[in-house]
Amino acid sequence: MQDVDQLPPKGVRPPIIGPGYNLGTLNDRIAGIVLTKHTPVFWFAVVGLAVMIFGMLNTAIAYLFAKGVGIWGINIPVGWGFAIVNFVWWVGIGHAGTLISAILLLFKQSWRTSINRFAEGMTIFAVMQAGLFPLIHTGRPWLAFYWLFPYPNSMGVWPQFRSPLIWDVFAVSTYFTVSFLFWGIGLIPDFATLRDSAKTLAVRRIYGMLAMGWRGSSRHWNRYETAYMLLAGLATPLVLSVHSVVSLDFAVSVIPGWHTTFFPPYFVAGAIYSGFAMVLILAIPFRYLYGMQDFITLRHLQNCGKLMLATGMIVAYAYGLEMFMGWYSHDKYELAMVHNRLHGPYSHYYWMLVLCNIIIPQALWSNKVRSTPWMLFVLACVVNAGMWLERFVIVVMSLQRDFVPSSWGMYWFTKWDVMTFVGTMGFFTLLFFLFIRFMPAIAITEMRTLLPQAKVKE
Amino acid sequence: MNATPIYGVMAEFDNPTDLVHAAKAAYEAGYRQMDTYTPYPLEEAMEAVGVHHNRVSLIALIGAMLGMIGGYSLEYWVSAVNYPVNAGGKPFHSWPAFIPVTFECAVLGASLAAVFGMLALNGLPQPYHPVFNVPNFVRASRDHFFLCIEAQDPRFRLDETKRFLESFQPEDVSEVPH
Amino acid sequence: MSNTKDSNSNLIPVDAIQPARLELDAVRQKLSEASGPKFWRTLDELSDRREFGELLEREFPRQASEWVDPVSRRGFLKLAGASMALAGLAGCTKQPLEQILPYVRQPEELIPGKPVFYATAMPFAGHAVPLLVETHEYRPTKIEGNPQHPASLGSTDIFAQASILNLYDPDRSTSVTFMGEPSTWANFVGELRREVGAPGVVSRQKALRGAGLRFLCGSTSSPTFAAQMKALQQQFPQAKWHWYEPVHRDGVRAGSKLALGGYYDAVYKFDAADVVVSLDADFLSGAWFPGFVRYARDFMSRRKLDGREMNRFYVAESSPSTTGAKADHRLPARAADIEKIARALAAKLGVAGAGAVQLTQEQQNWVDAAAADLMQHRGKGLVVPGVFQSAAVNALAHAINAALGNTGQTVSYIDPVEVAAVEHGHSIRELVDDVNAGRVDALVMIGGNPVYDAPVDLEFEKALGKIKVAIQLSLYRNETTDHVHWHIPAAHYLESWSDARAYDGTVTIIQPMIRPLYDGKSAHELLAVFGDNPGASDYELVRGYWKTQHTGADFDMWWKRTVHDGQIAGSASPARQVSARLAALPAPENAGAEDIEIVFRPDPTIYDGSFINNGWLQTTPKPLTHNTWDNVAMISPAMAQRMKLDQVKDQADHQSDAQNILEIEFQGRKVEVPYWAQPGHPDYAVTLFLGYGQTRTGRTGRDADANTSRGYNAYSVRPVSAQYSGGAGKVVRTDKYWSLAVTQGHFSMDGREPVKVSTLEEYSKNHNFAHEHREEEPHDQSDSKPESLYPKYSESGWYKDYSWGMAIDLNSCIGCQTCVVACHAENNIPVIPKDQIQRGREMQWLRVDTYYEGDAANPSAYFQPVPCMQCENAPCEPVCPVGATVHSTEGLNDMVYNRCVGTRYCSNNCPYKVRRFNFLLFSDFDTPSLKMMRNPDVTVRSRGVMEKCTYCVQRISEARIAAEKEDRLIRDGDVVTACQQACPTEAIIFGNINDPNSRVSKLKASERNYALLAELNTRPRTTYIAAVENPNPAFKSPAPAEKA
Repeated sequence: MQDVDQLPPKGVRPPIIGPGYNLGTLNDRIAGIVLTKHTPVFWFAVVGLAVMIFGMLNTAIAYLFAKGVGIWGINIPVGWGFAIVNFVWWVGIGHAGTLISAILLLFKQSWRTSINRFAEGMTIFAVMQAGLFPLIHTGRPWLAFYWLFPYPNSMGVWPQFRSPLIWDVFAVSTYFTVSFLFWGIGLIPDFATLRDSAKTLAVRRIYGMLAMGWRGSSRHWNRYETAYMLLAGLATPLVLSVHSVVSLDFAVSVIPGWHTTFFPPYFVAGAIYSGFAMVLILAIPFRYLYGMQDFITLRHLQNCGKLMLATGMIVAYAYGLEMFMGWYSHDKYELAMVHNRLHGPYSHYYWMLVLCNIIIPQALWSNKVRSTPWMLFVLACVVNAGMWLERFVIVVMSLQRDFVPSSWGMYWFTKWDVMTFVGTMGFFTLLFFLFIRFMPAIAITEMRTLLPQAKVKE
Repeated sequence: MNATPIYGVMAEFDNPTDLVHAAKAAYEAGYRQMDTYTPYPLEEAMEAVGVHHNRVSLIALIGAMLGMIGGYSLEYWVSAVNYPVNAGGKPFHSWPAFIPVTFECAVLGASLAAVFGMLALNGLPQPYHPVFNVPNFVRASRDHFFLCIEAQDPRFRLDETKRFLESFQPEDVSEVPH
Repeated sequence: MSNTKDSNSNLIPVDAIQPARLELDAVRQKLSEASGPKFWRTLDELSDRREFGELLEREFPRQASEWVDPVSRRGFLKLAGASMALAGLAGCTKQPLEQILPYVRQPEELIPGKPVFYATAMPFAGHAVPLLVETHEYRPTKIEGNPQHPASLGSTDIFAQASILNLYDPDRSTSVTFMGEPSTWANFVGELRREVGAPGVVSRQKALRGAGLRFLCGSTSSPTFAAQMKALQQQFPQAKWHWYEPVHRDGVRAGSKLALGGYYDAVYKFDAADVVVSLDADFLSGAWFPGFVRYARDFMSRRKLDGREMNRFYVAESSPSTTGAKADHRLPARAADIEKIARALAAKLGVAGAGAVQLTQEQQNWVDAAAADLMQHRGKGLVVPGVFQSAAVNALAHAINAALGNTGQTVSYIDPVEVAAVEHGHSIRELVDDVNAGRVDALVMIGGNPVYDAPVDLEFEKALGKIKVAIQLSLYRNETTDHVHWHIPAAHYLESWSDARAYDGTVTIIQPMIRPLYDGKSAHELLAVFGDNPGASDYELVRGYWKTQHTGADFDMWWKRTVHDGQIAGSASPARQVSARLAALPAPENAGAEDIEIVFRPDPTIYDGSFINNGWLQTTPKPLTHNTWDNVAMISPAMAQRMKLDQVKDQADHQSDAQNILEIEFQGRKVEVPYWAQPGHPDYAVTLFLGYGQTRTGRTGRDADANTSRGYNAYSVRPVSAQYSGGAGKVVRTDKYWSLAVTQGHFSMDGREPVKVSTLEEYSKNHNFAHEHREEEPHDQSDSKPESLYPKYSESGWYKDYSWGMAIDLNSCIGCQTCVVACHAENNIPVIPKDQIQRGREMQWLRVDTYYEGDAANPSAYFQPVPCMQCENAPCEPVCPVGATVHSTEGLNDMVYNRCVGTRYCSNNCPYKVRRFNFLLFSDFDTPSLKMMRNPDVTVRSRGVMEKCTYCVQRISEARIAAEKEDRLIRDGDVVTACQQACPTEAIIFGNINDPNSRVSKLKASERNYALLAELNTRPRTTYIAAVENPNPAFKSPAPAEKA
């Protein structure tokens, strides 16, 4: 199938779906991944590895609960470390999915169709990783688990709604719920398809239950479409609000480097940036492993590349603005913060971040790069590393040197920090591979609408 | 149990055009109690059988309202009435700080209402439905298009309706038992 | 000897522990039968039964499991002993049997939950530190100063504050041992006084009239002790007494002999002095300077700008100290140069016999200025010689004071307070000579640890081996214990009766708060064994002695009053008329300019090493370096540069500095030390700190994980000839590194102004120097045009009755850290191990920041105590998701522990970084003795909880309850925070800022009053009084304040 990765002649854009498919073959191609009896070997390999890493995560968390957050590198003044960095990073990644499904849907970007399903899956799994951290990073998680939610308790105490952390709780849990619903109703007709193409009774029963008796009635389709559009409309402001709220954790505080008004747009742009990077990191191997080049074509990769370039430039602008404001405010603490970014003990993190997020991604200007999957893959990895560094710089470097020089301090992460972080990657991979094995990773129903034969001829 | 011995008569087409054509004709012929079954949403089919508006949006709006009001009033009651604390000298009723949660609650309410409203209106989940008795109906979720005229329809006459449907050269016309 | 038996210890594998045959209930039964004095004998009997030991071991699996390293029998018995004592403690309250008298009008019977205070005193280096001890249910829990006593006026020092931890220290010696084997006090007495068979020491020596009997004691000023000595002299005329304190004052003694023709103690009146010149005298640094607490108070009473003329302070010092930090004109000079400076000063002031010397320009300027000032203020000036300085410097100082007519005005002389005024260096050398000459049969060591801290060239350890019977009385089993025959556990001063005299001679009767936890014995009881009345208790001895001293009727009344007051009224020694004349001074040793001088100083927090096992003092940052758990070798930054010592990149913020290890060679002996480049340290000199590097001490004093001693042992290079300083040292850089644990990594203000400072001249011109950026500061709440959108809580009935606030006078703060230790003790703050401090997790609620400004060779230094600011618009509060930190109606920033889930957001958002977090389970919930020590009014925090300074809210509540009972408002002074109470210089003032007449309101009214980071509009309740220095306008080189 390599030929589909050949660029078409100049001026012609690659198609968004390979040639020569009809409703039936399309069906078999995609549903085949799920319904096949022969699970590919690489799947077992990847899942096996993921399970091991997931085990490492559990070990790290068990030890954490046994000993306390002191096993991490955090201290006073740097009260937040890896946990919050990872939280922001994962939430950011969790943005692309809903963005693709919702915003691109509203903009009638039909090319989104083949990537939205697993992008939504990615979103949900990423948000699950993210949600883990705020919980386990507290000193007493067994209390945090429920005290953060407004429930009537015998002590008659309630959450303190002025705290951005409470906003986080609501924003992230809402985001998770809505993304899940969005994903879920998208799946219903596909489950019906799987039910009807199932070869064994057991499989038919299972997907039958999931399909809830969907039968494609026009009345149902009518309400279904409305609901789907509504969700898209709701998810759009939501996805923008989530990372804005996350950014308020910092913006609301008084710490130089945190206390700034342009964090919300800055964070949202960064989130989409890293989100699309992650989409590529998942899509490129996926299309190779499952030979899906016909459905995830160069067109998709190119578009993702362009979006990354655009959001990357916004992020670059934000970095510049941060420096400019520091200088322009002429506030001695802001100036010190800027100086610390550029020359402080952690400046190498900062320069690495500039390299990863601004300089290297400039390669995306070239169509060649945008159309070469392996290059895009490498770039995406670089960008996600850069985005992680960005969060590290914001969280750690700002806390490390604040107002009173006597209380300045350093932060060194421990092996437990790393184990937890890597562990969540394993968890994420595990969930994702289970997903592509047991659910249609490409939205069959929506793909049908792209076929010429699906149109009604007059 | 049922007034009519069967559920209806089902015609199977292998392309959307024929389906829409047939559906339109049936509607003109005065049939109302009918429905089309398609592998993907097909606007023309919906219009053909006279499906236009639905109440999902209204339900979502109500959900949004409830979420919004509920969220804000919870915050107000907790922070200003039930358990007022002086946090950093801020007012008990610090409304700007209450906006994010209010917004999230509104979105949450709307989304839940939209999805579950849609399912409820569609009567889902519904494990059993007569149309599933049609042997080839499995292709309704694959590549074939079905039109079913139900027995409840006042103008429904089994043989007559059958003949009417066969006039569109469908793949097959079959009776749909209960 | 015993220790060899110990090292090849017959091991008890932990798993080989038999299930005990004796049931716990049986023991309880036995204990319950036993009561009163019989109680402890019962335990002794029990201890003889092996199964009881096993029972204990089984009962304390934690300790058992702690012995990962081979279990020595002694280690086992130590724990067994401790556990035994504590098994008892659990049951009974342990008020002494004799009548002890609570302080001021308080019920003598116990009211549960209500603390009772007793007056007593802590003997420290031979002097009494007068105290009030707070007890809960007969458990001493907190130490305060005795406000009635002239030597305290209510204040204390870090050692007094921390001594309570020593009392409850589970590592204390718990049982009498003979050759390392457990024995009993009865056996000991019997053995010593045996008549039949081979006669015991006492009988033996009676025959020899004590010819072979020697006593070795640290300094003491106990009159009872002196009387016992005299009595023993009757019995053993040939017996000799030797005296050795590792941190002795030989220079002072020799100096006074040299200048005054006899041994006298100088008593200074700093409040009467307009000009003070310190010749290496660190009287503002620590209790090793007799009268430190009172002197600090007096000295600072002249720097509060309260109308009295501000004094001027010249300091020449050979090692940076907090005293030097407070100087208006500080001159770093090597110890040898101090003498030259003293001579030059004397010569300039026309003191005969001073001799002429050559000074550097810098030194000359300093001398000229100081001399001029002293001349102008004849009779109102004061020259103070350092206790670690040579005889010559001390003599010169006396001569100068005499020549200027200061004697009698600002300084007076009294007979020595100590029992025996001798020069300890000579005294211990005589002892060792006697031993080596085989003239010593029995040696009784009362306190101390000579094997560890005696002058190294005397080889005390070797000598000890030559003695037939060596007896040691000490709180801990230490290095010396391994080389003695008899070890007797000493009673803590809070456990025994005694008496002691303060720096001015005032006598305090020391009354115990609690019966000995570990069956320790006091020095009096030990001496009694040699006398006619071996069974005598220390109570009988002390009371008996004073009965003989008491003239006039009704001794009981007098005794009651005296014990109650904590002092014998009017017992201060009378001033002696002395005339100082400068006899021929020993020629000054001329050190070459490049010749490296080694200086020895007691460690700022663990002193001579006797506090090595005290976790509070180990975690208290050393005032100038802010390092903990280790001692460093101070050198000048210039020297560090010359030696190309590795500066870890961006060392600025490191909590754990990896420092080059230097190899110091001094008179043929070598020691490896981590260096510290200390701003203001004299060049070509190294300061070594005594007290660390002990091999034989408790679990805190050694590094249990690495199983090594902490820090380096400076005694190992400290010869008798150069006890405090000596030339011709060699310093070599090694490639090894040592990681310190530093609580403050950044000592420069970086263009910010946490500490605002000016000079008296500037201040007189510009009274508002503390508010140069007023536009940045928020206007007062009472301002007509409110610039804030926030509601004014004060108008809606908040902060109505009380509005607590604190003012800290930066001028008065001497950075002595007493407030920090007091806070530690008051608030049950856990002890943080070194590795956690290196991670930046120290827990002290109150920290004293140190900043250096200006030339690194001689910078000005500032101290700034930083408790919680209790901001009115506290940034920490709105960010807490669970409302665990909220504002109280009295303006406190309350911390609700049981609500806290530990997000640490509050700490991140605190601009002052005063919050502390329990990253791990830091508090010790297991050790029984520590449970007894805790302040019952303060929660012991568990893991995962944020904590911080509460303005001692428990004390506020106590005062409120008292006030409400009397249906009145809390009066000013009813609430005294722990830090305020401990502060020797009254730098910290707390109170109700609603009351315009309260001390704190008056202080806050000063135009020098400013808020830290006022521009953030946090409206702190804690504010600072800007510092004002008083440099000599005529001084040639720039004054410190202008450098800053």
